[in-house]
Amino acid sequence: MAQRRIGSDSPQSFEGFYAGLKGGSRSIFQLVLFGTFVSVGALGHDLGFPATFVVLSTVLMWAAPAQVIMFSALGAGAPPLEAAIAVSLSAMRLLPMVVSLLPVIRSERTRLSELLLVAHFTAVSMWIETLRLAPARPRAERAAFANGIGTYFLATSSLATLLGFHLARLLPETLVAALLFLTPMSFLASVTRSSRLLSDRLAFIAGLVLAPVLVIYEVGLDLLWTGLLGGSAAYLIHRVWRRR
Amino acid sequence: MTLQELAPYLILIVAGFLPHEAWRWVGVVLAYGIDEDSEIIVWVRAIATAILAAVVAKILIFSPGALAGVPLWVRLSAAFIGMVAFFLVRQSVLAAVLAGTGALLLGSLLFTQH
Repeated sequence: MAQRRIGSDSPQSFEGFYAGLKGGSRSIFQLVLFGTFVSVGALGHDLGFPATFVVLSTVLMWAAPAQVIMFSALGAGAPPLEAAIAVSLSAMRLLPMVVSLLPVIRSERTRLSELLLVAHFTAVSMWIETLRLAPARPRAERAAFANGIGTYFLATSSLATLLGFHLARLLPETLVAALLFLTPMSFLASVTRSSRLLSDRLAFIAGLVLAPVLVIYEVGLDLLWTGLLGGSAAYLIHRVWRRR
Repeated sequence: MTLQELAPYLILIVAGFLPHEAWRWVGVVLAYGIDEDSEIIVWVRAIATAILAAVVAKILIFSPGALAGVPLWVRLSAAFIGMVAFFLVRQSVLAAVLAGTGALLLGSLLFTQH
């Protein structure tokens, strides 16, 4: 019986997962995540959280910006509910990522538990790399492939968090600044590389311009509005352009 | 473990994990039945991309933590240098990250007031 179950879906899952681990290990984001989560670990240490708490936040939340928001809020003595709202506002950006990723990696036989795992691993780095690499894999392998990339990235980042926690006192300010710079720099370059459609390119430019304007005018919910307005405008222009 | 010791982890679940993970779960529900080649995906991906750009712009311009200590013009110039390297080296993200971060390190050593 066990043999049969393995025969039905495991080889593909295993192959896909292994290929995902390999894809993760060759990704430039490995370096970026390592640096970023060293800075997250150092921040958690400086704000007085225990090591287990800081590393668990990487495993459970898996999004550096939200972790920084939570550490800062709780560290400043904000009530947990207030921290929860701030974290939730920042996590909203994951929704369109999950919605646009799952249809690419799902097959008819993908289980819900696998999808929930892919959704948990969804973060900017994993989203960019999976959208780039998964379409070249057979469909039946893709969910496992995505989880392989996610597992590799999350493992690297958890180690980096622990390392950053213990190195916090040794890291000079200039180096921490450089680590924080890894995220915007890598996103800027990798999105430029992976944007094939006019809609994606326009959306990226619109976001770069719109977000600072909304922040300066203190509109509130700037990420949400930037996404809805900038993304929708870019999509509409893309449609009109294509029809001509 | 006593309740006192457990409290931080309860807070991690309530203030960190749940409000964060919930959006991923909503994503799983909304993605149900959407086809890979559908127009909705193109639109939703444009939204995700615009939000991503917003995150980039906010970190560069309204920087958090130690990065805020580096002058704005150094941050923007470093990003520009990174993108020049990206296009010079056959659209290499590695080149962009190395050149951009190197420029930021150099710039902040030279121009940050301590």
